[in-house]
Amino acid sequence: MINKKAKLAKKIFEKDIEMVATRQGYGEGLVIAGEKDERVVVLCADLTESTRSILFQEKFPERFIEVGVAEQALATIAAGMANYGKIPFISSYAVFSPGRNWEQIRTTIALNDVPVKIAGAHAGLTVGPDGATHQALEDIALMRAMPNMTVIAPADAIEARKTTVEAAENGKPTYIRFAREKTPVFTTDATPFRIGRAEILWGPSTGSGRHGDPLVAIVACGPLVYEALLAAKALEKIGIEVLVINSHTIKPIDEKEIIRAAKITGAVVTVEEHQITGGLGGAVAEVLSRNYPVPMEFVGMPDSFGESGSPDELLEKYGLKAKHIIEAVKRVVSRKTI
Amino acid sequence: MKHSVQALEKIANDIRKDIIKMLVKAGSGHSAGPLGMADVFTALYFEIMNNDPKNPFWEERDRLILSNGHIAPVRYATMAHAGYFPISELKTLRELGTRLQGHPERLRLPGLETTSGPLGSGLAQAAGYAYAARMDGARFRVFCIVSDGEHDSGNHWEAVMFAGKYNFSNLTAIVDRNNIQIDGYTEDVMPLEPLEEKYKAFNWHVLDIDGHNFQEIIDAVEHARAVYENPTVIIAHTIPGKGVSYMESDFKWHGVPPGTTDMPGEPPKEEQVKIALNDLRTLGGKIKSEHE
Repeated sequence: MINKKAKLAKKIFEKDIEMVATRQGYGEGLVIAGEKDERVVVLCADLTESTRSILFQEKFPERFIEVGVAEQALATIAAGMANYGKIPFISSYAVFSPGRNWEQIRTTIALNDVPVKIAGAHAGLTVGPDGATHQALEDIALMRAMPNMTVIAPADAIEARKTTVEAAENGKPTYIRFAREKTPVFTTDATPFRIGRAEILWGPSTGSGRHGDPLVAIVACGPLVYEALLAAKALEKIGIEVLVINSHTIKPIDEKEIIRAAKITGAVVTVEEHQITGGLGGAVAEVLSRNYPVPMEFVGMPDSFGESGSPDELLEKYGLKAKHIIEAVKRVVSRKTI
Repeated sequence: MKHSVQALEKIANDIRKDIIKMLVKAGSGHSAGPLGMADVFTALYFEIMNNDPKNPFWEERDRLILSNGHIAPVRYATMAHAGYFPISELKTLRELGTRLQGHPERLRLPGLETTSGPLGSGLAQAAGYAYAARMDGARFRVFCIVSDGEHDSGNHWEAVMFAGKYNFSNLTAIVDRNNIQIDGYTEDVMPLEPLEEKYKAFNWHVLDIDGHNFQEIIDAVEHARAVYENPTVIIAHTIPGKGVSYMESDFKWHGVPPGTTDMPGEPPKEEQVKIALNDLRTLGGKIKSEHE
């Protein structure tokens, strides 16, 4: 059942759940961050409307900088401003930033260890009709390999807003990925959030004794956390208890919580809208193989590019829906030795 | 002027000697670029820039962004001579644990302003500094040293366009126009000319100088200070390997220190260091006698 402490939306499993894109949460978060700290500046590479940076631009035009279609300059201008003492957010699509400007981010932001926030919008398969060129599915791997970099994939618009506000204050190079498509807003203002801390959203009710021990921990990030919750609900009906953990922060990953979940369940399924190689699944596997190895299954892009299609069709085709998570849970259960 | 031209020439010559010594000790690194830029660096640190070697984080200091990080030895040697750190530390170049990394790292050594090496990224960072300074009404100037070879890269021209749009009068770029890069002469690898016209087309103010003439370097920066409408680029014509007879204008010495490699048409490697230091000693003597 839903972890009451997570304070999720009341309408979480109802048809009329509010739908908002995580990029909108970014734009709203920028305005709050800008109000809190005048060092916050936003740079954008000709995608002001669609990255929702426009919300900041309208409020703080004097702190908004248009650099044109020039993602390498986007990163390096921001690095200079951060070296001076500003807190720059750089907005583009994830395929271009951190895709095209990876080396500039590495040398001038990560190695310099300056607090530039890289906002990669339109990340994941759900970009949909735009096709493979615009579906960033490797960005987490790119950024996770980089020393000094914090990597976050918010699960819904509210979490995206919280992430943006907190990232402005963390003093570190930070990558945040956002999605284009409207997705369920299932967290609330009261849902606990801190960068670097995974949250249990679903699990057996504590202390009641009515539920069995969870068999599997589902560790997910980004809007697919919602699919993981749908899977958990369906699994509960057939008597399979699971934990659902929202690991929005992929780096630094919450090792303690992941090890604890593996000890409780003895099996883990990871879920992400990203290549299986190098993403959240890899990060979780690195933690568990060193500390507490358990059978794992990975729900993610199977070493493949996407294509044009509706978001829903694509999630279906590439195996990223609740029913695929359920299959992965059953597979991992069958591999458990105890 | 704080120093006479003769005094500056003498300092630059001492810096060149230290560049040779540190490269020989390190056994790797770039020779031609650092020797070619010793005069520009000396002029910047000793005459032009507001800077305090004892207080490298002084907020009002002028910022010097080195884009072509591989010429770091000349920056290190100049900073040491200016008093940022002991000259004896120069011999640690490229050693494990050194503050003088093969390519400069901001977090290792106070005063570096940024980390550089991968080419084409310095001017954009300098433009970022210039933008931020203007937002805050800060009065310091931003200088950016770029090589000619890195003009091949898109990132650099993105920054040229950006700075032209926002008219950073507080930004001065100095191009080390030495005509060589690793694979050969710039005009063979990827022609840059007409370079002056290119900058003008991007709304920059352009000055063209002899990068070994202290008076010209200093006058050009003064001139740039008076330009309120545009960023200024100073195209400084330099001789790569300046001061060492067999290295001058020879692209083979771009990335090789003396004393490590036998190359056709060059002195045997056992002789290279001796000849280089002798050449510089002779030059030092000439500087003295010309002004006496």
